[in-house]
Amino acid sequence: MTEYVSTTPGLYPLPDWAKDRLSDLKGHQKHDLVSGDEEGDLVEAYDEVREELIQDQLDRGFDRVVEGQARWDDMIAHPLTVHPNVDTGGIVRYYDNNNFYRDPQVQGDLTDSGDVAQEVEIAGDQVDDSAALQAVLPGPYSLAELATDDHYGDPEEFQHAVAEFLAEEIHQLPEHETLFLLEPSLVEEPPENPWRAADAVEAAVDSADSDVVVHTYWGAVSEDVYTELLDVDVPALGFDLVEGRKEVLELASEHGAPDVAAAGVVDGQNTLVEEPSEAAADVEELEDAAEGLDRVYVTSNTELFYLPVNKYREKLSAVAEATEVLN
Amino acid sequence: MVRNPDVNREQFRPDDHASDHFLLTSVVGSYPKPKWLNRAKDLADDPDSKFTEEQLEEAFDDACRVIVDEHERAGLDTVVDGEMRRTEMVEYFAELIDGYEFNGPVKVWGHNYFDKPSVVSEVEYADTWLVDEFEFTEAAASRPVKVPITGPYTLGDWAFNEAYPSLEELVYDLADLVNTEVEHLVDAGARYIQIDEPALATKPRDHAIVGEALERIVAGVPDEVRVGLHVCYGDYSRIYPELNSFPIDELDVELCNGEYEQIDVFTEPEFEPDLALGVTDVHDVEVESVDEIKENILQGLKVVPPEKLTVSPDCGVKLLPRDSAYGKMENMVEAAREVEQELDAGEIDLDAPLEGY
Repeated sequence: MTEYVSTTPGLYPLPDWAKDRLSDLKGHQKHDLVSGDEEGDLVEAYDEVREELIQDQLDRGFDRVVEGQARWDDMIAHPLTVHPNVDTGGIVRYYDNNNFYRDPQVQGDLTDSGDVAQEVEIAGDQVDDSAALQAVLPGPYSLAELATDDHYGDPEEFQHAVAEFLAEEIHQLPEHETLFLLEPSLVEEPPENPWRAADAVEAAVDSADSDVVVHTYWGAVSEDVYTELLDVDVPALGFDLVEGRKEVLELASEHGAPDVAAAGVVDGQNTLVEEPSEAAADVEELEDAAEGLDRVYVTSNTELFYLPVNKYREKLSAVAEATEVLN
Repeated sequence: MVRNPDVNREQFRPDDHASDHFLLTSVVGSYPKPKWLNRAKDLADDPDSKFTEEQLEEAFDDACRVIVDEHERAGLDTVVDGEMRRTEMVEYFAELIDGYEFNGPVKVWGHNYFDKPSVVSEVEYADTWLVDEFEFTEAAASRPVKVPITGPYTLGDWAFNEAYPSLEELVYDLADLVNTEVEHLVDAGARYIQIDEPALATKPRDHAIVGEALERIVAGVPDEVRVGLHVCYGDYSRIYPELNSFPIDELDVELCNGEYEQIDVFTEPEFEPDLALGVTDVHDVEVESVDEIKENILQGLKVVPPEKLTVSPDCGVKLLPRDSAYGKMENMVEAAREVEQELDAGEIDLDAPLEGY
């Protein structure tokens, strides 16, 4: 029997009070953004935000609870933009969105940082026994794609270094049940060498001892990327059934899927809120296509920071209710 | 197909223009709001304040006069009111169009947000959008007035679409509304309309939708009305030469910010509309010297001959300090006038305009 698990890929919008307070504390320009050494009032403000975002999930009975990534000013490029050996350059477009992040320009070795581990640790204290904890990190291919390498000099070496860096970040994470590795670039900027991208994913998650979901979105990955990911035995794959429904179902029915999957069935980028029964039906369609899934994470397809706060909360409810329908 | 820029350009040449050559000088639209205007808005929003909506309207009128005057002092051939009455470029129009609703701010980057609206039902034209703004500005100005309007692709793409089966269908409905507004503006006397489509840079693969939307916008618009399209911060090789087929008189692009790295994109095949070239960087507070801006203007001559060249800042200048915005416009106009004189004197080789720089 399939187990249905409610979750999200994280990266929530800041509550409106926090938008004001944090911009007053930090400023509006690119040099005002998070650099990893916050202190005092800023730390307190982020603690308060984290608490609220976790409570939003606990209130809805989520099976996996994320930290919310409120500090990730640069979205999934965050682990690099706060790294001591990375400079932040100009503001660049975040995929095909009207959103921007600071270009992480890698100037030195990508030594371990533990930045994300710290926030997951605090989240874990709050989540306690009420739900299971989920960590979120960018996948190695996307993180390398979002960055500029001014240090390693060779794309292959750089990709390898980013994967090793993430492996160490994962190693430092406190105990957690599930890890979502966000890999939108596998769809948006398909790799020239799919096997190299898949190898990087494998290297990053090699030592992970949680349930690792390599989550792809903004459509479906190409067939060759998909088969490479299956070849390296990724533990679980995440699919975007909002943007890439037809292609995702084709891939799953033609090539099968790992035993565990994530089904992105709630649109993280539109304020129109899904009927839980329809979202649940989409999950079932993926199950039919993939045949024999042991566990399905029911989730939004993308991060949720694109939404205004009231709609973000309604989307959380839609995910939770769709999971209830399935159970 | 390109409209008829030759037919509508000369009307903007000032009667006392000193040179035979004429490089039309313009701005993209927005301008820093005077601090006192923002204070006035805060007061009008404050229920404990005695400041009234009527007094806020008076403040808007005053701000409009001040900015038009500032544009005229800088010597611009065409002016706008700096969009003093407008909030954000999508928000302002979404408030005027039936079918949109607002749910709250969303992140653009860092701690910069905008009230991204949702389209929740079929979009419909209610009251006019910009006719009052245009009539007031025209009465306040002694130079011709340009009217910037956010384009239908941006109004559609930078909103949440809850109501239409596709973005394309939403954009075409919005284009019909923009067409209605342009008709009203033309009836009111407007002769220079600029459609702002920054979202095209986000999704260049949708250029055909923008092209079809423009066809709808210009339907019935007479040739003597100049229609420009402003696009910014994109990879132009992904929309050129396709945009040669757009029904516009002028394309306004930001290229100064990227130090004209992309200028050669527009040289092959031949550029068909007039080129409105960004010649000052709106994300750099430092005011470029007249000589620097002259060199930037010459970049434009690599693409079009002087009679097809308009010069403007890269984009709206609202994020600059006001003195910097003014300095950039003043130097831009001075640079254009000097280049015109040099063209008159035959000192610029149009086959190699940057020779010697």
